[in-house]
Amino acid sequence: MPAAQTITQKILAAHCGREFVEPGEFISVQLDLMLANDITAPLALKEFAKIGCERVRFPERVALVPDHFVPAKDVRAAQQAQLLKKFAIEQKIPNYWEIGRGGIEHTLLPEEGLVVSGDCVIGADSHTCTYGALGAFSTGVGSTDFAAALATGECWLQVPESIKFIYRGQLRPWVGGKDLILHTIGEIGVDGALYQAMEFCGEAVSALDIAGRFTMCNMAIEAGGKNGIIAPDEITLAYQKNRAKRSPKVYASDPDAPYARTIEFDCEKIEPQVAFPHLPSNTRPISRVGEVPIDQAVIGSCTNGRIEDLRQAAEILRGRRVHSNVRLIIIPATQEIHLAAVKEGLVQIFLEAGGVFSPPTCGPCLGGHMGILAEGERAIATTNRNFIGRMGHPKSEVYLANPAITAASAVLGRIGSPEEV
Amino acid sequence: MKLRGRAHKFGDNIDTDIIIPAIYLDTTSEEELAAHCMEGLAADFAQRVKPGDVMVGGLNFGCGSSREHAPVAIKAAGISCVIAASFARIFFRNAINIGLPVMVCPEASQNIQEGEEIEIDLAAGQIKNLTKGTSHQAAAFPPFLQEIISAGGLIEYTKKRTAIP
Repeated sequence: MPAAQTITQKILAAHCGREFVEPGEFISVQLDLMLANDITAPLALKEFAKIGCERVRFPERVALVPDHFVPAKDVRAAQQAQLLKKFAIEQKIPNYWEIGRGGIEHTLLPEEGLVVSGDCVIGADSHTCTYGALGAFSTGVGSTDFAAALATGECWLQVPESIKFIYRGQLRPWVGGKDLILHTIGEIGVDGALYQAMEFCGEAVSALDIAGRFTMCNMAIEAGGKNGIIAPDEITLAYQKNRAKRSPKVYASDPDAPYARTIEFDCEKIEPQVAFPHLPSNTRPISRVGEVPIDQAVIGSCTNGRIEDLRQAAEILRGRRVHSNVRLIIIPATQEIHLAAVKEGLVQIFLEAGGVFSPPTCGPCLGGHMGILAEGERAIATTNRNFIGRMGHPKSEVYLANPAITAASAVLGRIGSPEEV
Repeated sequence: MKLRGRAHKFGDNIDTDIIIPAIYLDTTSEEELAAHCMEGLAADFAQRVKPGDVMVGGLNFGCGSSREHAPVAIKAAGISCVIAASFARIFFRNAINIGLPVMVCPEASQNIQEGEEIEIDLAAGQIKNLTKGTSHQAAAFPPFLQEIISAGGLIEYTKKRTAIP
């Protein structure tokens, strides 16, 4: 009988034709899906051309998602997005979406059922770790990795050790997946899980909806993690039920699986979190934020642009007005979410509150377009990074929070909680 | 192969948005990327670098986005090698994949200061601080990574593996 393994080890072993893999060893895995976007694919396609193989090995396992600078913000962005389209047509890659049908890659691909439990996925985007919420192994890589994977269908990886994070107890009001992951990053630091798998479990995680789980796994990279992962349960399988294009495979860690360490949290003590500039680990509970006036509030991104996030924001914004000094920008992550927000009347609530509602794009999260900050400006955002200059001018500031805190702050004109509006 | 140049010293958690801000990711031109390398921290960085110079970082160098434009910009700016106490994993694999030499050496990362003259023996993993007369040993690469490095990067490595006879 093989030695005990974590869920991450088991998925990796299954993708290199083995029963067992050991943390630290280098393996080449067969990929179920590989993705790139309008920023990382152009560089990858340049490298792919150098390999000299004319055809992509498995076109149906490739996803090309224009999402960062679309709708094309200028001619150069348009040229880059065009490269993806041309390549998709030429190589008969079925998974390509024009605006109006697609959205932000990490929300879109699970929605389309292209990632399922038990998969092994790489993406030329650091937030590819999002799909761990489905019980898949998925990790961010670079453009050259993606190029090589186009040619071979494989990727080299070092099997990571795992850290087990146990979240005990019940969540407090207005606390969700975003707060759990920000609190965790605050505790262990931006390199606290460097090269390691972050396995999330405990009753508070089991109680999270799928959106909250995606948010948690999405930010594993912000602690340096190779992947975030949550073992599939009924919630995971229910989400995939009418979406999955392939059969989900359920893996779970063995009870005596090896962990580099185990960290436990008492959720009764975790308040909504705010990460101050300029690191996601620079967190404070909302009660200790103090007086922080804001110029902009952004709700969206691959971290918090799901319908559940928009519903939470609408709950706070209904019948209220955005503060006169604040710009509120709300961005659904996909076309499906955009349509749901229209049907549910959320868009009307946002517009009546004095916010703007944008088509899906990564846009402001990375300082691309659709809400860039001027010198000295300050934003609160449901996005994932608050590095220097991330949303615009090098002397602007980004504070990270959940959708409820962000919506409440837009109304207050300063960072604050829903209880204060 | 021996590399020689002056050190450009940076701190901990140098992220890829600092190395190359997203606003410049609308190109794959190495020259354009190099021109904006590190500009959020040091506006004149691209002008100051001389070919062969060495970049020195602290912990978690290259954290954040997967943008390979970051190591491409550093390499195209003329930097011959990046030494750090530790690297974020995507930056590390990108550097290996594109053939930008990287060395993990906490001791050198602490010891080396801005402007000091550095000599590096990549094969031996040796870092000499010629200004101070000190010497440091970097961590050795696992054999698998050495294969990619000696092939000249992942594209050359993949070419060999997928070669049509």
